[in-house]
Amino acid sequence: MTIATSLEDACAALAAEPNSVIVAGGTDLMVEVNRGSRCVENVVALDRIPELADWHLTGDELRFGAGVTFAEICEPEIAALVPALAQAARTVGSPQIRNAATLGGNIATASPAGDSIPVLAALDAVLELRSTEAIREVPVTEFITGVKATCLMPGELIEAVRVPVLDGPQEFCKVGTRNAMVISVASLALLVDRSARRIRVALGSVSPIPLRASEAEDHASGHLDWDSGVQPGPEVVREFAELVAGSANPIDDHRGSAAYRRHAVRVLAERSLTRVLNRVSSP
Amino acid sequence: MSTDPFILEVNGQSHEVADAHPGESLLRVLRERLRLPGSKNACEEGECGSCTVLLDGQTVCSCLVLASTAVGRQITTIEGLSGDGGLSHVQQAFVDAGAVQCGFCTPGLIVSIGSLLESDPDPSELAVREAISGNLCRCTGYGRVVEAVHLAATRGGGSK
Repeated sequence: MTIATSLEDACAALAAEPNSVIVAGGTDLMVEVNRGSRCVENVVALDRIPELADWHLTGDELRFGAGVTFAEICEPEIAALVPALAQAARTVGSPQIRNAATLGGNIATASPAGDSIPVLAALDAVLELRSTEAIREVPVTEFITGVKATCLMPGELIEAVRVPVLDGPQEFCKVGTRNAMVISVASLALLVDRSARRIRVALGSVSPIPLRASEAEDHASGHLDWDSGVQPGPEVVREFAELVAGSANPIDDHRGSAAYRRHAVRVLAERSLTRVLNRVSSP
Repeated sequence: MSTDPFILEVNGQSHEVADAHPGESLLRVLRERLRLPGSKNACEEGECGSCTVLLDGQTVCSCLVLASTAVGRQITTIEGLSGDGGLSHVQQAFVDAGAVQCGFCTPGLIVSIGSLLESDPDPSELAVREAISGNLCRCTGYGRVVEAVHLAATRGGGSK
């Protein structure tokens, strides 16, 4: 059991026992431990490392320590910079969960239903991974390689998450059975990037790995009159939603059928594009 | 196999935990080893909130805290909320509003609501509902719980 107080401590402990279990907020890990489906012997706790709890803005880039909690991401200061990430954070669990659960933990768990994942995918977030040997950078879309599978190597931890601050409105929507304590059945992040003249869209819970709907992005970006701010008609929005639904790769499970999930992302796509278009022309 | 002994600070007192197993939750340690059964055990997956405690002043589900990682943190349980043997404002408001039926969720609700009133002494109904969204009650329908929060707020909030 190591309660690390610096990144160096944590990496040294992981190097000494590469099969150690990393615990940050514990909200995913302890569910498995309580259920008896996971055994913990060597544990490295990351929740006392100041660097991991910190976030800062440099130019138009935000860098989150992996230990920043979802409660912190809901705060107005961060919400103003990455509104969709704050919206997603607010849908995570309950206040108790958001006080403990961390951004890095959500990524490392790599659940297809991880609420931050579609937003991070849409932002082209880059992860900084650290071990005693090296520091490397991996895009979040490459980090997650399958259902609860990542390219994190033994001895490595997620140190930070970097995302751009974009100019334009953002939306995160999620379908579930109630407004709290819900594992998403389908989710969608839609971001406007005025300077690149792009609409960015990513989906959650409808694919084993983070999914960008690139065809839908091309379609919406190409039909927006970026200079005049004149909105495209409803047929463009409908076609966009069809392309988003077509890009989904959902499965049937106890939370929803594949057909329902495809329908849900179609609705979320139409709704979120309509919402941002209502705001995109006003600076 | 058990962990090395460790010390937890609970309700202002130090407790040695001598023979916890490595994956033991804070909830289990509180209830089974420290004889503080006020925090309830139901879902063990962070869904129901009946095990809610304060960790350094913030609400968490104690079932999802690995006990040995809570060393050096200030842990406050429902047992630590009523000073001098009397009831806190929130507890008294629960009694007066009839916000308790079977009582199983009550300790968790009281910890969550006390924490809400500390940061927001006069919360809107939406703020109340969001603050207790992680505390499941299957008896009251929440109506009298929400009434109790407003009653406690008019009497001076979460601290006492």
